[in-house]
Amino acid sequence: MKEENIEELERQFQEKIDNDIKIEPRDWMPDNYRKTLIRQISQHAHSEVVGMLPEGNWITRAPNLRRKAVLLAKVQDEAGHGLYLYSATETLGADREDTIDDLHDGTAKYSSIFNYPTLTWADMGAIGWLVDGAAIMNQVPLCRCSYGPYARAMVRICKEESFHQRQGFEIMTTLANGTPEQKAMAQDALNRFWWPALMMFGPNDADSPHTAQSMKWKIKRHTNDELRQQFVDVTVPQAELIGLTVPDPDLKWNEETGHYDFGPINWDEFWAVVNGNGPCNKERIDARRKAKEDGEWVREAANAYAAKKRTKKAS
Amino acid sequence: MNHLFEYVLRLGDDSLILGHRLSEWCGHGPVLEEDIAMTNIALDLVGQANSLLEYAANVEGKGKTADDLAFLRIDKEYRNLILVEQPNVDFGHTMMRQFLFDAYRKILFEKLLESGDEQIAAIAAKSLKETKYHLKHSSEWVIRLGDGTEESHRRIQNALDTLWRYTEELFYSDEVDESLRASGVLPDLSSLKQEWTNYVHAVLNEATLEIKEETWYFQNGRQGYHSEHLGYILAELQFMQRAYPGMEW
Ligand SMILES: [Fe+2]
Ligand SMILES: [Fe+2]
Ligand SMILES: [Fe+2]
Repeated sequence: MKEENIEELERQFQEKIDNDIKIEPRDWMPDNYRKTLIRQISQHAHSEVVGMLPEGNWITRAPNLRRKAVLLAKVQDEAGHGLYLYSATETLGADREDTIDDLHDGTAKYSSIFNYPTLTWADMGAIGWLVDGAAIMNQVPLCRCSYGPYARAMVRICKEESFHQRQGFEIMTTLANGTPEQKAMAQDALNRFWWPALMMFGPNDADSPHTAQSMKWKIKRHTNDELRQQFVDVTVPQAELIGLTVPDPDLKWNEETGHYDFGPINWDEFWAVVNGNGPCNKERIDARRKAKEDGEWVREAANAYAAKKRTKKAS
Repeated sequence: MNHLFEYVLRLGDDSLILGHRLSEWCGHGPVLEEDIAMTNIALDLVGQANSLLEYAANVEGKGKTADDLAFLRIDKEYRNLILVEQPNVDFGHTMMRQFLFDAYRKILFEKLLESGDEQIAAIAAKSLKETKYHLKHSSEWVIRLGDGTEESHRRIQNALDTLWRYTEELFYSDEVDESLRASGVLPDLSSLKQEWTNYVHAVLNEATLEIKEETWYFQNGRQGYHSEHLGYILAELQFMQRAYPGMEW
């Protein structure tokens, strides 16, 4: 294609974006837009699927039947989210199995929060409340993402995430109102998950080189720091409400800005975990790899059986 | 012995323990679609366990809850089939265990629609809908794996060989069943085994699998004598309630 043509196509593309017209799979799009989306959506899909593991860890030990059912339903929802999101990457020409292989060999990333262990039942509360809570902050704006299939998947996903957030907060509330042991368990979970939850919004804006382009393409609507601030502002009063203490000595309400000020994030820890050196990185990837390897004969059998059925029909 | 309590407990414990086993798959399924399907079935079973154990607790009349029954009995007080406590091993074993159980459960629930006990009939009606879907799912997998590749055939045949010895217990019957039959709580269940056999044979046949008859069949689960596996299931299932007694969650 001639260069003027590409320029013209790019101009028309940006015009659509500026007018809030959704980009659909068959529409022309710049290569980088496609690549950025594939990277972002597949990371999101991997996060949903890897995220099943820390919570799946407590299903067989849930303290009563109601909590067990709610947790099962939640983890099942996360698998469903993974599935819609992998389908969304496929509309961009990515292959689901190739994308998953990228996760397994470490080329693709996922939300680093899932590399922290779930040590007590209270972690089910902390994850629902903080991790799904942070996911909602990140994802609600994505319902207006310029890429149609991603935006539509997010609408459905966000509804379920807000149910997850509520059940997590409900677990924390019950523990916080419980015995001293239960309250200590809840506080300990908050202590361990607070900072990793803040890290879920990604590096500070100054260290986030792709943000400007993503905002221009309306893949992203707010910067990392804006979303993180919004999360802190919403979550701190919730912690206060149930009598838990946010583990940040610098946290305080700022009358002037109308926001909470909070202490510095340990970015060394963030990068260490992103780069594979968190407490459970190896376990998580090993578990996903094992699921794929152990399932290989099942997938082969399903394909072989389907092929036999087709030949029978044809003959 | 309170026969109605005993009977409802048997039904409830089957759902509880199989639901527990299936939920161990969560996050580790062979494909995401199956992760979802198995979690969904586990969820149905936990729901059934809740309704059944709640009813059992009412019948017992000692002021207990479904959770008390689910989490605070000792091993000998569990009344589930030995089949449902068998380990997952691989996807083939899991589907075969599910298939043998679902086929029994579907026919049983169809019959229990006619129960003279309103609660049992109502729980059977609700559970039947779910169980039909479970059976369709497990039957399709048994066929697919049996008639899939050489490896899948070998694995699922192996599962059948391992699990067949636990199937006689599906039709275990004692004075509990007899007295409930006499009082009209239970309908006539005499054709259960034949109907199950017909269905199971038809599916196994389509799956190109063979039944090897056993010389020893396990059937003491209903009286509280289990395999070694149940103790470990209970250690996980009961962990929170035992470690933190008497708390609200
Ligand atoms: Fe999700
Ligand atoms: Fe998410
Ligand atoms: Fe969620």
